[in-house]
Amino acid sequence: MGDIVYLHRVAKRYPGGHDALSDVTLTLEQGEMAFLTGHSGAGKSTLLKLIALIERPTRGQVVINNQNISKVRRSQVARFRRNVGVIFQNFNLLNDRTVFDNVALPLVIRGETRDTIARRVRAALDTVGLLDKERQYPIVLSGGEQQRVGIARAIVAKPPLILADEPTGNLDPELSAEIMDLFQRFNEVGVSLLIATHDVELIRSLPYREIQLKGGHIADRAAAAPYETPQ
Amino acid sequence: MIAEYFKRHAQTLVFTLGRLYQRPVATALTTLVIGITLALPAGLHLMVSNVNSVGYSWEGSLTASLFLADSVDDKAGQMLASDIRSRESVRGTSYISRQQALEEFRALSGFGEALDLLDHNPLPAVVVVRFKTNQSPDAINATVRGLSELPGVVEAKLDHQWLDRLFAILATVQRAAMIIAALLAIAVILTVGNTIRLDIENRKDEIVIMKLVGASDAFVRRPFLYTGFWYGFLGGIAALILLGIAVALMAGPAGHLAALYQSSFVIRGLGFSSSLGLLGIGVALGWFGAAWTVARHLGAIVPR
Ligand SMILES: Nc1ncnc2c1ncn2[C@@H]1O[C@H](COP(=O)(O)OP(=O)(O)O)[C@@H](O)[C@H]1O
Ligand SMILES: [Mg+2]
Repeated sequence: MGDIVYLHRVAKRYPGGHDALSDVTLTLEQGEMAFLTGHSGAGKSTLLKLIALIERPTRGQVVINNQNISKVRRSQVARFRRNVGVIFQNFNLLNDRTVFDNVALPLVIRGETRDTIARRVRAALDTVGLLDKERQYPIVLSGGEQQRVGIARAIVAKPPLILADEPTGNLDPELSAEIMDLFQRFNEVGVSLLIATHDVELIRSLPYREIQLKGGHIADRAAAAPYETPQ
Repeated sequence: MIAEYFKRHAQTLVFTLGRLYQRPVATALTTLVIGITLALPAGLHLMVSNVNSVGYSWEGSLTASLFLADSVDDKAGQMLASDIRSRESVRGTSYISRQQALEEFRALSGFGEALDLLDHNPLPAVVVVRFKTNQSPDAINATVRGLSELPGVVEAKLDHQWLDRLFAILATVQRAAMIIAALLAIAVILTVGNTIRLDIENRKDEIVIMKLVGASDAFVRRPFLYTGFWYGFLGGIAALILLGIAVALMAGPAGHLAALYQSSFVIRGLGFSSSLGLLGIGVALGWFGAAWTVARHLGAIVPR
């Protein structure tokens, strides 16, 4: 199948009764890059968390890489997550480990050999332009640099799908544009990306599909699938 | 592949030790608490086994007193003494005549004048029998029973009541030591468990991040289990050092005491295999404390 992400009539109600998502159907093609937009509280983070198996849907189907995640048992969640690289707004770096060790984490978890780890971490750091910072600790880096460490960590294990939740939320426009550049380069080598952002200025000029969420719904159903024609 | 597996575990082992080293004071305090907790029952055990061995070495100098009938004269008494002396299990004998017994009593008791009032000597002649070492209490008892049936012997008494009491006391202390050891083992588990629980609390963010990038439960668990291993191991080492110091402090007075009793007794430490055993127990308790805490607390930390 050609879809890497397929959501069918998905709803998410948080404990306490708040409906973060209601009846969301969307697809992301293999090798596609798309933006997930909407105001704060629209449900962007919730949607990404469903895809990354951080939250479970209340209703509907979530199929990632042809695997229905309702069939993924608790014990398999860790293994499943390794196929998805996630980039966070708050970076989520380990501040007591060097840049190298942070980026190496997904490979260490997979039990890769030392040599493989060293080679692939350096390659990832080279891609994001931080090769000279590998011995430093995240706290001494600027926000833009920390986010690039997070990106290097997300790509180091070469997952087929990358999710980014407001990756430029804490960065100035110039740095944000650099990050978008990086994403485009990943997409050019075949990685699928779903990027949540509320920064419409940033993505206006970019030639990618925009999926807009509004109060837990898809605002423009036409944009929910790449080939769906408006009715 | 297998080699990689062991290498990874070795790395975690070194890594967790490094993390403990980064907090030297906290680690030293926890180690000391565990060390003292392990050293207490081990020290008690050591004390009991040392006193036990003193008891056994004194059992070798056991004596029995054979009280002779008044009809047995000095000559017959001395013959009996030398007869018994030639026996296999006997180290030596001495004959105390009725007259000697009276003089000894007079000298020791201070009742001399009272004895003068009696018109005859009330004390019997005695053959004191000293047994050879390396005999079981049962064998000695049997021998004494045999001696009591010899003609001319009215009664044979083994002077071992105090030893029986000592061994009974030691058995009680030994049992108490086992109960204390069980309680203190629980204390070690709780100490390690609580330390690991705080560690987990402090590393909540880190655990969440690890899980977010796909770390399995086993992977997240591993450093905490090894931390438990290190606490048990270091605590065991601390206990051995404490015991070593205690034995060194006791050696002087114990040697002096032994010299007073003409004993060659030397206070003994744990020995190699018991030391290894103590370390093993420490490691097992540390590991168990960590595993128990991790099982209770790690599952609750999930990414949100
Ligand atoms: N863990 C949670 N528990 C309860 N409500 C939540 C939780 N996370 C998000 N929400 C609510 O769900 C809605 C969507 O949130 P979110 O997905 O974070 O939106 P966005 O990322 O677009 O800002 C919001 O109203 C938010 O308050
Ligand atoms: Mg959000």
